[in-house]
Amino acid sequence: MAETKRARTNGAAAQGTQVTFLEAIRQAMFEEMERDPAVVLIGEDVGVYGGAFKTSEGLLERFGWERVIDTPISESAIIGAACGMSYLGLRPICEMQFIDFIVCAFNQITNFVAKGHYLWNAPAPMVIRGPSGGGVHGGPFHSANPEMYFVHTPGLKVIYPSTPQDAKGLLKAAVRDNNPVLFFEHKFLYRRIKGEVPAGDYTVPIGKAVVRREGRHLTILSYAAMMHTSLEAADALEKEGIEAEVIDLRTLLPLDEETILQSVKKTNKCLVVHEDTRTGGIAGEIAAILFEKAFQDLDGPLVRVTSLDTPVPYAPTLEDYFLPNAKKIFSAAKELARY
Amino acid sequence: MAVDIVMPQMGESIFEGTITKWLKKPGDKVERDEPLFEISTDKVDAEIPSPSAGMLKEIKVGEGQTVPIQTVVGVIDAVGSAAPATAPAKVEATAPAKAPVAAAPAPAMTPKPAAPVPASAPVAAAPVSTGERIHSSPLVRRMAKEHGIDLSTVAGTGAGGRISKQDIEARIAAGGAPAATPPAYSVPAGSSRPAPPPASGGLAHVALETAVPREKMYFGSYEVQPLSVMRQRIAEHMVISKHVSPHVYSVDEIDMTKVASLRATSKDEFEKRYETKLTYMPFFVKAAVAGLRAFPTLNASLDGTNVVLHKDINIGIAVALEWGLIVPVVRNADEKNLLGIQRAMNDLAERARSKKLKPEEVQEGTFSITNPGVFGGLFGLPVISQPNVGILGLGAIEKRPVVIDDAIAIRAMCYVTLSYDHRVVDGAIAHQFLRKVKETLENWSEPVL
Repeated sequence: MAETKRARTNGAAAQGTQVTFLEAIRQAMFEEMERDPAVVLIGEDVGVYGGAFKTSEGLLERFGWERVIDTPISESAIIGAACGMSYLGLRPICEMQFIDFIVCAFNQITNFVAKGHYLWNAPAPMVIRGPSGGGVHGGPFHSANPEMYFVHTPGLKVIYPSTPQDAKGLLKAAVRDNNPVLFFEHKFLYRRIKGEVPAGDYTVPIGKAVVRREGRHLTILSYAAMMHTSLEAADALEKEGIEAEVIDLRTLLPLDEETILQSVKKTNKCLVVHEDTRTGGIAGEIAAILFEKAFQDLDGPLVRVTSLDTPVPYAPTLEDYFLPNAKKIFSAAKELARY
Repeated sequence: MAVDIVMPQMGESIFEGTITKWLKKPGDKVERDEPLFEISTDKVDAEIPSPSAGMLKEIKVGEGQTVPIQTVVGVIDAVGSAAPATAPAKVEATAPAKAPVAAAPAPAMTPKPAAPVPASAPVAAAPVSTGERIHSSPLVRRMAKEHGIDLSTVAGTGAGGRISKQDIEARIAAGGAPAATPPAYSVPAGSSRPAPPPASGGLAHVALETAVPREKMYFGSYEVQPLSVMRQRIAEHMVISKHVSPHVYSVDEIDMTKVASLRATSKDEFEKRYETKLTYMPFFVKAAVAGLRAFPTLNASLDGTNVVLHKDINIGIAVALEWGLIVPVVRNADEKNLLGIQRAMNDLAERARSKKLKPEEVQEGTFSITNPGVFGGLFGLPVISQPNVGILGLGAIEKRPVVIDDAIAIRAMCYVTLSYDHRVVDGAIAHQFLRKVKETLENWSEPVL
């Protein structure tokens, strides 16, 4: 059994082809563990079960129980243990089974992992990753977008990719980074999004946004699942003669201000789309940056399309109402373009 | 009954005008339609007739000041049923004292002798300010500042009438200052002058940049004169034209003997019959028309990657004025005979000199002709009048020895030059065009009378 699995997962054969978002993440972990024996995976059900979403399938067979570590149900313990490992030279990848439960380890992350380097010169080169986001009727405990808790925490890096290529390249970059990196995986994308990943070893730089679509009338900033929704809206806008420039932020901390400012100085109008709730979302931070650094380039107000300020509803109709969608982005963008 | 005198709109793209001269003083009697003051706009200079008979009661906008259209520049006390001869004298006495009241801010402080100069009293400030806030955006305000544009003169098309980026871009594309002059390209602003003495409206124009530090211009004994509005427009236009169009020049020589003798024999009869002088110009216009028909590439404008080939042939003819230069347009020159062209030209030139041209009479030229030869020039290399792609320059017609059939003959010769925009026109076309002009003139066949 192990043989067949390894044949399928061993890297090279599967590269340069279309893979799912989930497979790209699995490949990244597999390849990094192959490359560097200091890389270990620790989390609930990551070993024998292969991860709740099968993200780590085959890893235990390949790397053994010393490097693929199943833990009790305690996020705080996972992060605490990983933090200790990182102090002693390992480079752990921690999986949160659902990212909602990362807040159980909030103290460990914000007080120890994030501050160690600053306080006692003890950098914690570790990755904390897990499935996040809504749109899959997961309800209020399995749909969270907790990125902003951590964007607000100095000492961390926060990544939230939208494509298989970025997911793989950024996760590999995160493993190699000497800072603690939070890596959010939007579970809506896991098996819905397929894309080509480059053959061979590659990384995608942390802290760099990318222009997914060029336009001149307004800039749409987004990331993760909403990236795809924004592109869908941009297609509809094009039919109305509105050329939206769509930018995938990819990394939320550090934020790629240069790319954002460059685009807004061109289009002079900015719309931010995020699935995170409205108050305290990244849109507010971007608004502040634009006011500070591009005030005289603004030809309209910053507009936000976000989820509502409530927990994620369980009822499908309510969740649909709660989340941003292409239609909401389309009408907000149209309004802004007309402004 | 008081009648307001307003700054008229001289053409639909004109938004402001400068009063260059008041022809009447407060207290003067005026007839209806009698010239009251002279203005200079981006398109033409003109005399403005009085809207009413009566007495000029007050001048609100002094000479040299630029105001938006429809601004009240003065007031006439119209001859009503009950305003007999006594009234004027009375008002005459009070007028100077009244003027400062109308003036809003500073003048109260300056000691003001009972001087007879109410005309120069500060203008009642705010032009069209209706007190309403102008809605724009930080970007729009910045762009307006950079390009010296008064936002109160920009119409907003954004939500709720807001002035949007598109609105300000359109204005900048139309030449920055609130006048949509034909050359439709944006001119980068930013004349970095240390102590800017712009005449009006804060013209920040590349044409008015200096090539050397300003200090280097002031030495010895000198006098400083402000550039007239017309000269400013000419300066802008010339710089833009040279900037936009790569000029190439071709020269040809034309034997004008046949035309000269034709003109010599018929000009008296022509003048007697048609009461207008016969010059060489209509011959050249006809010849240019023949050339443009044969080579329509020269009767064109360039819009980005499109060439606009004009079906009309409207020839702009440069008219030198004591105070500058203007290029009125002979419309549909191809549909006119020699007499028609001569009449149109004489009429335009006459009205150019008396400042009575209408704005539309200097627009929509498709090609132009200039005549440096009239001042004795052998030939000139003119700058293209935008948005044309060519201009024909005429040298002086003078007798020169030339070789004809291996014999030396004395002929009336004339150099002609063609300046053309090499983006659109190549040398081959240019020389063929000149050849056509030459052939038409040397083999002139159209009867003159």
